[in-house]
Formats: sequence, structure tokens, C-alpha cells
Amino acid sequence: MTPVIRRRAFVPAAAVVGGLLVWGATGLPPVGVYRGPYGLVLNQVAVAERHATNVVAAVTFDYRGIDTMGEEFILFAAVIGVAILLRAMRGEAEHEPQEAVRGRRVPGTSNAVRVVGLALLGPIVLFGIYVVAHGHLTPGGGFQGGVVLATGALLVYLSGEYVTLRRVQPEHSIDLGEALGAGGYVVVGLFGLVAGGAFLANALPLGTAGTLLSAGTIPVINLAVGLEVAAGFTLLLSEFLEQTLVLGPGRSGR
Amino acid sequence: MKVMDYLPYLVSAWLFLIGLYGIVTSRNLIHAVTCLAVVQSSTYVLLLAIGYRRGGTAPIFFDVPVGTRAVDPVVASLALTDVVVGATVTALLLALAVQIHKRLGTLDPDELRAMKG
Repeated sequence: MTPVIRRRAFVPAAAVVGGLLVWGATGLPPVGVYRGPYGLVLNQVAVAERHATNVVAAVTFDYRGIDTMGEEFILFAAVIGVAILLRAMRGEAEHEPQEAVRGRRVPGTSNAVRVVGLALLGPIVLFGIYVVAHGHLTPGGGFQGGVVLATGALLVYLSGEYVTLRRVQPEHSIDLGEALGAGGYVVVGLFGLVAGGAFLANALPLGTAGTLLSAGTIPVINLAVGLEVAAGFTLLLSEFLEQTLVLGPGRSGR
Repeated sequence: MKVMDYLPYLVSAWLFLIGLYGIVTSRNLIHAVTCLAVVQSSTYVLLLAIGYRRGGTAPIFFDVPVGTRAVDPVVASLALTDVVVGATVTALLLALAVQIHKRLGTLDPDELRAMKG
């Protein structure tokens, strides 16, 4: 099928789907008129029931905890998939890591980028830890904070220090962090089963709402997810960098 | 009926269709993966539009008292995990594209088909 025919086939089909979508949307209640009961109920009871001031976090890691566990394992599986897809193929050899792709002229990293990148590294990592640790109080949590933490690794690379990056993030500890994060969620779930009678039951003391040590298992799960997401995204970054900077045509496989 | 009352739904439908158009007419797998991310972003808009309450604030009662008019936290939670899963699935598809380019030397889906016969 040539692109022209494909486009001609798509436009009428899209017009029909688009028409149905518009028809369906106009049958919905207008935006801003909320009809469902669950959001209203949760906003009323979540703070009292779970002592978590961030109701989104209470929903994600407690009321819908088991769904989030499934989603975390999608993330885990996708990262493993990338690692498997991007492993060295037959006919490729690892050579000494280098800062730029072979046979491609790249301008050197300027000192300004280098200095700003490395100067931002500390604050970014601290901010990531803050976002993870306060997930049950204010906007943030394991997913968001984990991504912020992983940008720390990206900053090291942007500062023109790929070789350094490989030295400061040993692959084994990243793999370990990824596994601990995924496993930690399940351990918290099993703890709930033993101590609270149901998988992922919030069986830890709830503390005072609004303080760092509150909301029971929610901050613990946030830590596990933060570790998992940070390790996962760092692993993704290093796998893609390895593709261009370490692997190349060679005589033998790994 | 005011258009403004339905604008987020229409934006969501538009993002879905324009992303699909990009995938259908794509001549490059990386472009197709990006278009898939556009399709997925339509789900964020739809989820947040469904949960919105006029005049509502974020469902976080750290510095506002419980009972303040707030939007639905359930759809916000869904959108949150949606974003993260979307990012990793994009990474997985890009890894596939890297491998396809390594083995077959092209990223054009049409050339890939011609090669398979």
C-alpha cells in the first residue's frame, strides 16, 4: 500500500471516528460538572482515614495500591526489555568507552555547560529525595521523584563526563536498586497481609497527618517506587548511551 | 451548549486522531513512536477533563482544609501512572527501532515490508 493510498483510506475512516467522538463527547456532562461519587468521597475521607494530605498519593499507593503494583511491574518489564534488546549482538564488541560516537565530529562540551551541569547535580539529587520523601504530604511521590533523581545521571553525561558516569554508576548496583524497588513494593504488600489481614493493608502506625512520618505504608511504598523509577530510568539512559558510545562493530561478541 | 464546556474532550479527540494520522503516514519508526506518544497524551487530557470540578483545586489538603472544593484524585492517580508507563513503553519501542536499524539498515516501515517480501 503506497503512502498516498494509505492516506486516502485513513482520512474517511478518521472522519467517521472523529464524528463519533464529537457526538459522544457532547453527550457527556460539561467539563467542570463532576458526576462521579468516588472523587468526592475520597476527598472527604482520605485525610482522616489514611493521615495522608496528598489524596492522589493515598489513592495511588493505598486505595488503588494493587493496580499501581501492576503498573510498577509494567515499568520493570519495559526496562528489562530495553536491556535485553540493547545487549551486545553477535558481531559487536565492547571497546573502550569514549565521549563521542566514532566517525562523527562533535563539538567539545563547553566549560559553561560542564560547570552548570555539575553544579546542578547536588541540588537535583537533593530535590529528588525531597520529592520522594514528601510524596504523601505535598505534590510528588516515588514516580516523580524517581525521574528527578535519574536526571542527575543525565546531568553527569551532559557535563561531558560519560566515562565518569560509567565509573560512578556501577551497573550492578543500578540493577540491584531496580530489583529492590520492585521487590520492596511486594514486601510491603506481604507485610500488610501478615499484620493487617489483607495484601497491601496499611498496617503501620498512621502518625499525625501533615508530618513526615505519617500515612503508614504510603511513604515506604513511595521510597520503593522512587528507587525503582530512579534505577530504571538511569538504566534506560545508560543502555541507550552504551549503544552509541561503547558498542561498535568488532570481531567477536561479548 | 457552549464549545468551552466540551473543549477538553475535543482536544483529546484531536490529539488522538492527529497522532493516529502521524502513525499511518509515518516514513520513519522513530517518528511513529513519537506519534504514539501523542496518541497517548490524548488519554491524559481525557482523564483530567473527566475529573475536573469547576473552581476545584488540587486534591492535596496540606495547606487547605479538608472540604475545600477539589478535583477528582482518582483520575489524577491514573494519569500519573499513565505518564510513567508511557515513558517506559516509548523507551522499549525506541530500543526496538535501534535494533531494527542495526540489523536492516533502515527505519522506513515501507522498506521493511519490501525486505520481508
